[in-house]
Amino acid sequence: MTTIDAPRTGLPVRRRTGINIEKWAWIAMRASGVLLLVLIFGHLFVNLMTGQGIKALDFGFVGGKWSDPFWQIWDCAMLWLALIHGSNGMRTIVNDYARNRLLSVIFKGGLAVAAVVLIILGTLVIFTFDPCPAGAAANLLPSFCAAS
Amino acid sequence: MPEKSTGALVAPRPAKKYPFPKLTKPKAPVGTLYRGDLGMWSWVLHRITGVGIFFFLLVHILDTSLVRVSPEAYNAVIGTYKNPIMGLGETVLVAAVMLHALNGLRIILIDFWRFGAKHERALYWFVIAIWVVLMLGFAPIHLMHVFSEGA
Repeated sequence: MTTIDAPRTGLPVRRRTGINIEKWAWIAMRASGVLLLVLIFGHLFVNLMTGQGIKALDFGFVGGKWSDPFWQIWDCAMLWLALIHGSNGMRTIVNDYARNRLLSVIFKGGLAVAAVVLIILGTLVIFTFDPCPAGAAANLLPSFCAAS
Repeated sequence: MPEKSTGALVAPRPAKKYPFPKLTKPKAPVGTLYRGDLGMWSWVLHRITGVGIFFFLLVHILDTSLVRVSPEAYNAVIGTYKNPIMGLGETVLVAAVMLHALNGLRIILIDFWRFGAKHERALYWFVIAIWVVLMLGFAPIHLMHVFSEGA
């Protein structure tokens, strides 16, 4: 049997110690949002607006970009921030709409797994990438591969 | 559920030492920053574009990861992005990204700046205006790339 507090009863005293995770998640959303705006607008401009735009995208284009540490770090930052920002946003939506505790745990678990797996996968891809893989057809590779 | 049968279960109200302030009931639901007006629609758009971008992000990381498999595998998948129907989809995607980004800036201005909270409606139209300008810059160039022959 539960009793309901009378209207205008004061809030129960809440825990005041420790890290307020929700506050830091709120701050992280805003900080990562601003960084992502710069990173993604730059990404879209360089990949879609310059030269032949999307028609120029191929293995050679990616190879040319990722042989430069500047773009490796750019894309790695974009990968981490976008997945953290995106999965935390999705977590907010699950909090809002999932009324069933089990479903909510399943959704949030799925989001966490997807984010962690893709961050690890993407980071490995960016930093173990070989722009001139042995045995590949030369016309598919960046032009600098021919020199060696 | 016991929560639903409140009548007998409500704890007795404390003695009425001070009268409750008189509350006037509005005739219609009153808009707040987030309910029933521009703020609500910008919130709805922010959610919808956010979810859409999130699912594209998952796919985009997987397709880009194919560079680690072979040049042929990557080129085959990125080739599908050059199809005209996908090109229209990319235009919608970029529109969603830009709207989410600009509206995100508006949210930050509302949160951290008194002027932003006071003028959030004007800021919303400002966001839409900048978004239209950015899309007028992006869409023609991208669609020209998509629909031009060659490459």
